[in-house]
Amino acid sequence: MSIAEQPQVETTQPLKIVEDATCTFCGCVCDDINLKVDGDQIVEAKNACVLGKAWFFNHHIEDRPEALIEGRPATYEEALDRAAEILLNAKYPVTYGLSDTTCEAQRVAVAITDWIGGCLDTTTSVCHGPSGMAFQGVGEVTCSLGEIKNRADYLIFWGGNPAESHPRHFTKYSLMPKSDLLPRGRKDRTAVLIDVRKTKSAKAADIHLQLKPRSDFELAWALRGLARGVEPDPSVEQKTGISVAQLKEVMDGMKRAKFGAILFGMGVTMTRGKHLNSEAVLALARDMNRHTRWVAKPMRGHGNVTGADNVVSWSTGYPFGVNLGRGYPRFNPGEFTTSDLLARGEADAALIVASDPYSNFSQPAREHLKRIPSVVLDPKLSSTAAIATVAFTTATYGINVPGTVYRMDDVPIPLRPAFDSPYRSDYDILKGIESRIRQRQLAGLAR
Amino acid sequence: MPEIFILIPGRTSRQGTALNEGKYTDNYKDEINTLKMNPADMSRLGIGEGDRVRMWNEHGEIVVPCQSGKDELPPGLLFISYGDQSSRLMPGETHGSGMPDSKGLDVQIEKVTA
Repeated sequence: MSIAEQPQVETTQPLKIVEDATCTFCGCVCDDINLKVDGDQIVEAKNACVLGKAWFFNHHIEDRPEALIEGRPATYEEALDRAAEILLNAKYPVTYGLSDTTCEAQRVAVAITDWIGGCLDTTTSVCHGPSGMAFQGVGEVTCSLGEIKNRADYLIFWGGNPAESHPRHFTKYSLMPKSDLLPRGRKDRTAVLIDVRKTKSAKAADIHLQLKPRSDFELAWALRGLARGVEPDPSVEQKTGISVAQLKEVMDGMKRAKFGAILFGMGVTMTRGKHLNSEAVLALARDMNRHTRWVAKPMRGHGNVTGADNVVSWSTGYPFGVNLGRGYPRFNPGEFTTSDLLARGEADAALIVASDPYSNFSQPAREHLKRIPSVVLDPKLSSTAAIATVAFTTATYGINVPGTVYRMDDVPIPLRPAFDSPYRSDYDILKGIESRIRQRQLAGLAR
Repeated sequence: MPEIFILIPGRTSRQGTALNEGKYTDNYKDEINTLKMNPADMSRLGIGEGDRVRMWNEHGEIVVPCQSGKDELPPGLLFISYGDQSSRLMPGETHGSGMPDSKGLDVQIEKVTA
């Protein structure tokens, strides 16, 4: 259904109203959505953006089997038994996904991976994983989105297109809001976009630095130099497409700001340099604190990818790419991250929660995923669910399932579901898998 | 010898809304299967609006229709919505980062004439 076509439903009973529902489509996690619900259809989502409306209007209950085993309909109980068997028999399993489920479910997935001594990874590894590595190198000068909303008078959007990927970010958190400190809202702020494309976000910015592809690292270091009073080599213009004069103009503005924020996206992390790009951007924010207050925040994509980082970090000490096979956590991106484990043909089973790597991974990784037994939890029949050995149909978090998610600034937000689902939550299914694994492990120990 | 372009896969508003409608819907498939290109590059290579182009690198090959990226894309730069098709051109290697090169991919391109 197109989002323009709001569902037209003839009603005989009063619509259910859900106030301050939380949208979990993107990392903004807007928690001011007012829903009108008719049975298992949300018919109005006031305050939601175009992406949020599509999220709320398209998650009605689908008539699907509760589970599939090798493509054949099965009961949850049969599927739970088979899932536990697959994971217990694996020598080098990987748990992946987790960015579109509750923190409560994420926590159980961590426990399962610990019990079976597997690798634990989330979609962060192919999102802001490089920023996660950079945090460990240079730290993060951070703040909440509330501080940016109330204080930030100089904003740099770097390698992201919030106008399309986070449509309410400008109006709710960064560019437009009026506050006691910024009473004229947008007029009291300067916005810079750093992007290789003249995206829709360029229209919202005062300055667009349209850098050449794969030159984020050089641009960030040129700015770092200027922040420290070091004149960049003129060759930076040939490399980045941005003149030293333009860089100085932006740096002057950055120094004059009372509170500056760099909000960076996957144009930084997914391109040549990766964690070194993130490190340079984070270090630039740190350098700027010699002059005035600056922060840098990654723009996070999936609704609870930030929760996944938090849960995996508080459980293991590391945010993603963790191996638990030795009974203690080891962190090594490139070794224990899912894209690598699959592309190199190392993982011999996979537990995938609310993610679709069979659509989004490299070809060698997809081919290996298809060869190994896999257990997949998803509300929809994704490509990954379609090739799974065991596929569970699940209730949708935020729409059917309560719980906790983290906004992109690490603020936990509660979910207020709209209607019940006949399908089980990720949490319930994962608890079922965990209890079967423990029963069998303990029975084995007792023998 | 086909010239080398730089491909940027990324998110779009339409991809995000169509994703919720379902990855098997025509709307979603159309969005992730459409390549955007600088109009001057298109006319130089004789590629018309909607013409199908073959795009490849050492990791894979896809055939997709091409549309003008208008003033969004400078010469030499291509854009496609992130998804099944763009991922076929990604390497498996992550250089110790866990993240395959997913933006800024070198690709070659030619018009499909058949």
